[in-house]
Amino acid sequence: MAIKVRIEKSVGRFKLDVGFQTESRRIGILGASGCGKSMTLKCIAGIETPDQGSIVIDERVLYDRNVNIKPQKRKVGYLFQNYALFPTMTVEDNIGAGLKGKKEEKKQMISKMIEKFRLEGLRDRLPGELSGGQQQRVALARIMAYEPEVILLDEPFSALDEFLKDRLQQELMQMLEDYGGTVILVSHSRDEIYRFSEELIIMDEGKTICQGKTKEIFANPEWKEAARLTGCKNITEAKRIDRHHVSVPAWGVTLILRKEVPEGLHWIGVRAHDFIPIWKKAGEEKLQRDESSENRILLVTDSVAELPFEKKYFLKTAYETEHICWFVQREQWDLLDERGMPDYLEIPEEKILLLQ
Amino acid sequence: MEEIMEILKELDWSPLLISLKTGVVATIISFFLGIFAARKVIKAGPKVKAVADGILTLPMVLPPTVAGFFLLLLFSRRRPLGIYLYENFDIKVVQTWLGCIIAATVIAFPLMYRNARAAFEQVDVNLIYAGRTLGMSETAIFWKVVVPTAGPGIISGTILTFARAMGEYGATSMLAGNIPGKTGTISQRIAMVIQDGDYLTAGVWVIIVMLIAFVVIFLMNLISGKKMKQVKRW
Repeated sequence: MAIKVRIEKSVGRFKLDVGFQTESRRIGILGASGCGKSMTLKCIAGIETPDQGSIVIDERVLYDRNVNIKPQKRKVGYLFQNYALFPTMTVEDNIGAGLKGKKEEKKQMISKMIEKFRLEGLRDRLPGELSGGQQQRVALARIMAYEPEVILLDEPFSALDEFLKDRLQQELMQMLEDYGGTVILVSHSRDEIYRFSEELIIMDEGKTICQGKTKEIFANPEWKEAARLTGCKNITEAKRIDRHHVSVPAWGVTLILRKEVPEGLHWIGVRAHDFIPIWKKAGEEKLQRDESSENRILLVTDSVAELPFEKKYFLKTAYETEHICWFVQREQWDLLDERGMPDYLEIPEEKILLLQ
Repeated sequence: MEEIMEILKELDWSPLLISLKTGVVATIISFFLGIFAARKVIKAGPKVKAVADGILTLPMVLPPTVAGFFLLLLFSRRRPLGIYLYENFDIKVVQTWLGCIIAATVIAFPLMYRNARAAFEQVDVNLIYAGRTLGMSETAIFWKVVVPTAGPGIISGTILTFARAMGEYGATSMLAGNIPGKTGTISQRIAMVIQDGDYLTAGVWVIIVMLIAFVVIFLMNLISGKKMKQVKRW
């Protein structure tokens, strides 16, 4: 299964210009709200028509200059955020809505789906009488009954509360486990994407910024936007001095790196969990400049936000007004209470994200 | 009281029958035409939409006599369309029951059209998209998904259309005239007996009309009643 997509489309002032190609079966598209993710999915499904480009799934051309297959014939399933179940039809009729062929075959397929998605006893209910989780199962059953080659998930969880979201994500993934086709999930939530996708595409303002294995991109985002979207809280301007030195003016520090600094570096990022607190030894006026004292930032606490399982410290350097955000997990709270605020925060080299 | 019984005994019931028949036929025609027009207008581009909407709503805004005037111009047997219909199909519109139906349909149609359009516009567009990606044909999506979802709005539109068609007076009197037993509707009969000074007979007809009106309103509330319960009290 290979998907090749190249879409250009203008809507008012917004310009969508995305392209990607992948053979992965679980693809995630991550981007901020309004970056064109949903539009991309709608073009693939045939609900929207691009201005130009091409969409090819497994040698089957869905769209290019001369071809524009109707959504009815694309074999692309689309899971809408609100599930878009037909409100006047029963669960059974919803699942069977798109089925063609003999009555007997339809009935068989409906029964198979009802069993698979654990909807027994709900056959004759209307969508309005179902819980969110049941609605999701019906929507998925309806798509699966139609046997699509690709399933598109358009922000399926963004309207749910935390608890339900977690459960439905797990449920959805289990239900998709034995599905042999390709699934594309679009979301602005990095957790959802990380959990779900093997291959990750990051979009910003209508363009694809980068593409790669999900875990690799989270570990090394390479691009500023990618770092921000994968949840990096501290991104600041940086200047490459030479192959192993980077100056970070906002933090008042020059970072020394053993690995080579790429030429195109303009930003560095550090995830809020990755700082290590360092305290001065008693009686010591200034920290000794020994080998292990590299890459430390001198800080003043500005404000603290306490969350159930972590504390967010907003810190300031002496040089800039820009905040540094530091998340402290609960296990470390005792240490902090005992020794007070650290004098420095150290950034371990392997945790420094070098960004273009 | 005895006088009323006397009137009821000798009452010519033909206006009731003519009005009901006209109302039913005009409603059926308006129902399909209105839904068809609403569907077309919703799918059209903004400019076509504005023009089409104006033209389709016009009969509701114009005084019925003005609409009747245009209809008369169109169907008169001295005009091209009237001549064509008569010579080729032997169809007479002016001074016939067909005239009643055409007048009632033209006047009541905008109610159906506007209600249907408003109801369709309320339908979540994702339902239509979902239907398409599930392989449903456009016709199937429209009749199986859109129309049932817009159901309450369409039904109340249909009832209003029926009420309006049944009570039509101005355009009907101009196009179809008031021929007893043929084109004489209730509204026309009331006007006629009033002119003769027969207020008692007029009163009997008024009561009949009001009874019908109550039934119509009751039906409408019954159908939209389910929806009403969901609405929060102010």
